[in-house]
Amino acid sequence: MSDLSNLYQDLILDHNASPRNFGELDCPTHRKEGSNPLCGDNLVLSLRVEDDIIVDVRFSGSGCAISKASASLMTAALKGKTIGEAEALFASFKDLLTSLEPSPASANQLGKLAAFSGVRQFPSRVKCATLAWHTLEAALHANDVASTE
Amino acid sequence: MNLEANMIATPQRFQLSAVTEGMAINPYAIRRDFPALQQSVHGKPLVYLDTAATAQKPNAVIDAVAHFYRHDCANVHRAVHALGERASAQYEAARKKVQSFLGAQHSEEIVFVRSTTEAINLVANTFGRSHIQAGDEIIVSEMEHHSNIVPWQLLTQSVGASLLVIPFNEQGELDLDAYATLLGEKTRLVAIGHVSNALGTINPIAQMIEIAHDRGIPVLVDGAQAVAHMSVNVRELDCDFYAFSGHKLYGPTGIGVLYGKREILASMPPYQGGGDMIANVTFEKTTYADPPQRFEAGTPNVAGAIGLSAAIDYVTHLGIGGFAEHEDILLRRATEAITSIPGCRIYGQASAKVGVVSFTLDGVHPHDLATIVDREGVAIRAGHHCAQPVWQHYGIAATARASLGVYNTPEDVDTLMDALDIAAKLFR
Ligand SMILES: Cc1ncc(COP(=O)(O)O)c(C=O)c1O
Repeated sequence: MSDLSNLYQDLILDHNASPRNFGELDCPTHRKEGSNPLCGDNLVLSLRVEDDIIVDVRFSGSGCAISKASASLMTAALKGKTIGEAEALFASFKDLLTSLEPSPASANQLGKLAAFSGVRQFPSRVKCATLAWHTLEAALHANDVASTE
Repeated sequence: MNLEANMIATPQRFQLSAVTEGMAINPYAIRRDFPALQQSVHGKPLVYLDTAATAQKPNAVIDAVAHFYRHDCANVHRAVHALGERASAQYEAARKKVQSFLGAQHSEEIVFVRSTTEAINLVANTFGRSHIQAGDEIIVSEMEHHSNIVPWQLLTQSVGASLLVIPFNEQGELDLDAYATLLGEKTRLVAIGHVSNALGTINPIAQMIEIAHDRGIPVLVDGAQAVAHMSVNVRELDCDFYAFSGHKLYGPTGIGVLYGKREILASMPPYQGGGDMIANVTFEKTTYADPPQRFEAGTPNVAGAIGLSAAIDYVTHLGIGGFAEHEDILLRRATEAITSIPGCRIYGQASAKVGVVSFTLDGVHPHDLATIVDREGVAIRAGHHCAQPVWQHYGIAATARASLGVYNTPEDVDTLMDALDIAAKLFR
């Protein structure tokens, strides 16, 4: 597979064209805006967390295919997870995208999120794939506006 | 323009016209002067269409910088030894070169800075702080680069002045009627881009300067995108300040120019404090040097100034008067081709434009476009191009931008089109 088709895998193109969980929750327990100031991508993440479990999550905003598909697949992966599990997932996701030798354990844990493995070959695009996750982290820890810069 | 000139030049035609007309630009010959353009990226020959961000450098510039470091490296204005004298002489010769390039009356009107950004910040912090007070107004336009917005915001916010904005129309042309009504009793400065990096628009600055001067209001021109496309004469324009960056004129990064009228520079307090900008220092009182030294604290970018001088020689030798026609041929080719792609839209259709095409393709985000065409060897930019208010005007966040230089060929434009086709197919 070429670098490009490895980056834009069908699953990513599909989630870009029809993002899941798009919109905003009516009564979120957590809500955060995130942005990539250098490219202008922006995202709003809203979550309902009950008893430490993410029962619902939605995103809205505008961005490139990688950032949109990442947000879409992230929301799908998060539903039903505990906050601890969500954080472990982000750690594995970061590992997949940025470490020299991603551990096989991370890849196993990631499921569909492993579709982003191709981003490794495009260092300038890693921040697109992690924007939703950084926003999640900021939402859960009530940081100020999330930013990948 | 006649039919001949409208036709797309082929390599053959360029070679012929180079011989017969003398003035015409031959990009095939020019490319050979640029070592960075000889490479392949991702296995494809590099097609560089990001000259508005920074231009590639010809051998003449690279060699001038290397020669300085190899033979003449010394600090300026401080050494009596041979190398110091050579370095100082070359640095001041570079100032004279810029003076004649801009048509300035005096070499003391040329201040070397780091970039356009620094030139504008210099004016905001010196002229601005000494001439602008609470209640005053500064006018900029809706199509400014952030570097001609934020320094004025910092200033107006800190002194309690206001920033007024000249709007542009759908084509990306400034509304001169609105401009005339914005100018008023409280206006202290107009700061305006000569050429928009986002839309390519060439603004009618001569006319705008005249209108401001009729009311005694000084004008700063951000020339970052202009100097590499047309000859600029600050005396004919009668602007009060003119700023540009060496790196967009095929020169080195880290060197820029602020032109200021002599009497205005003389009225301004220093910018940064340090060495070389003083007349005399005691702990009780320091007196400052005259312009331009007053504004050049510390060791300047000597190699950068020398490289800029070489860049000016280079573009002058090629004949900068011919750049616009060359780019215009390519711009038309690109505009026509992009317009013909279903779902493509070009932002910025001013009647006076340089070789900048900002565009979007439905269903493909500009970042994805830039990544995909990069794999075909084509370098374009994606994003807001440091001009977010422009995109707020159109209600979008980002565009892809192809920008042309003197070394670009019709084939470069065609390669971009093929690459866009690949992107469109990948996303359908
Ligand atoms: C119109 C305009 N003004 C100002 C600048 C700032 O130039 P520099 O980054 O060299 O300071 C740029 C460059 O991006 C520009 O295009």
